[in-house]
Amino acid sequence: MIAVIDYGMGNLRSVQKAFELIGAGTKVTSRPSDLARCGGIVFPGVGAFGDAMKELKRRGLERPIREAIASGKPFLGLCLGMQLLFERSDEAPGVKGLSVFSGEVKRFAFPKGGYKVPHMGWNSIEPVSSRGAHILKGVPDGSYMYFVHSYYVKPKDKKSVLTMTGYGIDFASGIRRDNVYGFQFHPEKSQGLGLKILKNFVGLI
Amino acid sequence: MLTKRIIPCLDVKDGRVVKGVNFINLRDAGDPVENAKFYDKQGADELIFLDITASHEKRGTMVAMVRKVAETIFLPFTVGGGIRAVEDIRRLLIAGCDKVSINTAAVKDPSFVKRASSRFGSQCIVVAIDARCAVKTRQKQLWEVFINGGRTATGIDAVKWAKKMASYGAGEILLTSMDYDGTKEGYDIDITRRISEAVRIPVIASGGAGTLGHLYEALTEGRADAVLAASIFHYRTYSVGQAKEYLKKRKVAVRL
Repeated sequence: MIAVIDYGMGNLRSVQKAFELIGAGTKVTSRPSDLARCGGIVFPGVGAFGDAMKELKRRGLERPIREAIASGKPFLGLCLGMQLLFERSDEAPGVKGLSVFSGEVKRFAFPKGGYKVPHMGWNSIEPVSSRGAHILKGVPDGSYMYFVHSYYVKPKDKKSVLTMTGYGIDFASGIRRDNVYGFQFHPEKSQGLGLKILKNFVGLI
Repeated sequence: MLTKRIIPCLDVKDGRVVKGVNFINLRDAGDPVENAKFYDKQGADELIFLDITASHEKRGTMVAMVRKVAETIFLPFTVGGGIRAVEDIRRLLIAGCDKVSINTAAVKDPSFVKRASSRFGSQCIVVAIDARCAVKTRQKQLWEVFINGGRTATGIDAVKWAKKMASYGAGEILLTSMDYDGTKEGYDIDITRRISEAVRIPVIASGGAGTLGHLYEALTEGRADAVLAASIFHYRTYSVGQAKEYLKKRKVAVRL
């Protein structure tokens, strides 16, 4: 069973339905015991960094998430769920993130007349490391994925970057450290190729 | 590279598609799921469902429709029409749509857009603007915002309104030209460009598409980030795939 963490940040239905289509059982949950028991964890979310950390704290989920990650089970952060794995974000100065990855979350800053924010729509992902070979199996280089975000992650350890995407700057659109994966785009909204990534994730469990 | 988006728009009444794909091969032309699947297969980048249900009481059907569509397609979609309260948005998002589009309610109470975007994030709040040219002289051109499905003039300047909505947290502008809508003569390039340059959020051009050249104009001259079209796709004049091939040949970045 895959636990989809519910912490009140956005719609989890698409994520759940995507896994259902693949044939993987999910449970939308905010119970620490489920995180301890499940085979893999998906950490989705849209919304603001500060609100999200507040919700995680209020539900007592910070420690269970860290423990689940430490236990080595496959963990997938999506969009805001990926950003929360970092130390801090421009979006909520002074708020400490889960700090699973060192580095920070930055806001896109472009000169007037430059790129628009949010970065919204279909953009391509370019693998920069063979460490994503399994999770990106069957997903050709340069595949288009659906993005909606105004902030991007900037990992300190460049080795943790799996894919890069260009939008005014080149930013990390996919990351990995051991059992922990993160994607800035929404695989659950990226048609067949997005679903392939989720399927590959299920294969890790 | 971020691609330009092609977005088919479906009109929905009482939970059924009333202006959608023109039949052939569809088991049920009024079924939102069938319509969504059709465009999903064609490679549409997003979908928009516009609720034209007259009575407020029947709007609940939209939530059920959204739920069904979200179970079937893994493509972003927006729902608009009659959204008045934060609670309306919450119900639709939970049912599975990605964005909601707000029009009349934003004009009646601009702070609604602020509340909605701070609660759910800008990324899911689209402000729809129906604009009509009000003044056109050699020196200047002005467009006025209309509400209530284009029936009520507001006296508001469309470019200023777009800027205000962006500053209130709108994540995207859906701009429909009332002068061109339904004409098949092409999008209103002037207003599209004016608003695209005035705001720093994405702009979807809408109203007037009759040929693939029109899509091209809106995305290049008009500087739009996305184009919405209904009849050229529903009546199968062109498929979404054909539109993308056409644009790609002319060096517009599209997802193929």
